[in-house]
Amino acid sequence: VTSETDAPPADPLVIVGASLAGLRAAEAARSEGFGGRVVLIGDEPWLPYDRPPLSKAYLESDVADTTFRDRATLTEELGLELKLGTRATGLDTAGRRVLTDDGPVEYGQLIIATGSGAKPIAGMDGRAGVFVLRTRSDAERVRDALDAAERVVVIGGGFIGSEIAAACSRRAAHVTIVEAAEVPLMRAVGPVGSALMDLHRQNGVEVLTASPVAELVGADRVTGVRLADGAHLPADLVVVGIGSAPSTAWLEGSGVALDPRDRGVLCDQSLATNVPGIWAAGDVAHWPNPAFDRVMRLENWTSAAQQGAHAARNALAREPKAYETVPYYWSDWRADRLQFVGIPDADDIQVAAGAIDSGRATVLYGARGRLVGALTLNQPRHIMKLRALIASRATTEAAGELVRSLPAKAAAR
Amino acid sequence: MSEGDTTSLPLARVELDMAKCTGLGICESLAPDFFEVEDDGTLTVLRGDVDPADLPAVRDAVASCPTEALRLVAE
Repeated sequence: VTSETDAPPADPLVIVGASLAGLRAAEAARSEGFGGRVVLIGDEPWLPYDRPPLSKAYLESDVADTTFRDRATLTEELGLELKLGTRATGLDTAGRRVLTDDGPVEYGQLIIATGSGAKPIAGMDGRAGVFVLRTRSDAERVRDALDAAERVVVIGGGFIGSEIAAACSRRAAHVTIVEAAEVPLMRAVGPVGSALMDLHRQNGVEVLTASPVAELVGADRVTGVRLADGAHLPADLVVVGIGSAPSTAWLEGSGVALDPRDRGVLCDQSLATNVPGIWAAGDVAHWPNPAFDRVMRLENWTSAAQQGAHAARNALAREPKAYETVPYYWSDWRADRLQFVGIPDADDIQVAAGAIDSGRATVLYGARGRLVGALTLNQPRHIMKLRALIASRATTEAAGELVRSLPAKAAAR
Repeated sequence: MSEGDTTSLPLARVELDMAKCTGLGICESLAPDFFEVEDDGTLTVLRGDVDPADLPAVRDAVASCPTEALRLVAE
């Protein structure tokens, strides 16, 4: 590589984290024409695989494999050097080396895409029948446990807990969600979260809110969950879905700036860290999102995929570009699909079409007159049109007009 | 494949595998002139033939599909 600038060499491009963001980074490097070495390091033994199905269809059936690309495609077609089952343990920025449990790996440019890990609860270790659900191995264990489980308690009524409960309700006789907060999903969707719990109740899932867990019950194997109010819920399977935290322990002390609160990686608009030649993408990355003029960290499929590719393109470019997005995620609860675009921080939340309890709804989130977010329940024709309006900084009024115009359009066809 | 010089690229066509598509809509977001999710979640390909000028957006939409339900084929 010849360069007239001070830009560090890109070869080898090393990507730590072999999930969606890491894979997309590697693919983008090749589609940009990068011909140097690309090393993909991942701590799990599997080839990169897709995670969203793990808390959905994977639990319900024998949909066994969500691997993105077979080994030959990765190693021969894309020419990647795979270091799977290899855990990053540290980072030597002066020596430009990633330290791993399989020895150091030198980098030219580095992309941090280690994602996040599920938060455990006290008393999980050494007690059978209690699981988090983050990895393919986790999902296999929960799926196997469901073969015999009659009473399932899901701790946490957020999106992951909701998906797990919905999937479990197809296979287990009794499923209960216990949520510590008064309103589940409050941070994600606001007060609408309460109404969404009725979808679970319609599926036969019991939902207990304002119900913090005091302790797990059972000696070697879980037999139940005791709540803070003293109530005891019998359970032969407990799945914990109380959130996740950035997997960045390996970066402590490296010089890469981490967020003081959650230890995510602090980036600029272009996903560059404070250390030249080091970028971050996916669940780990805090970055100022120009679409909302604020720093965000997103834990969704869409941004992991895009940020991975974006970080790789920037790592190889002379002029890095800002990453701007209107966040988008979806969540499937049995036959119901929830979709959210934008952010929920609103001073005005209104149901613009349908109603949650009717099974179809479009909810608009406005802040000082601007449409900043939208939630749909089984309204897939609405959601992306609203995403476009958020991106163009449209008013909530304009969004309301659009939503009202859509049924008429359908009838006219 | 040559990037950048879109005028030299051949006309391409979008193919949809309806068995894989679940209507997540990322394609509609990236290329709204080509894709629209309907009320029942099925995807309508509004225009199958892709002009060179539209190719980058459609290629992005195809590559971004979470269920890999879209393909671009050269005409």
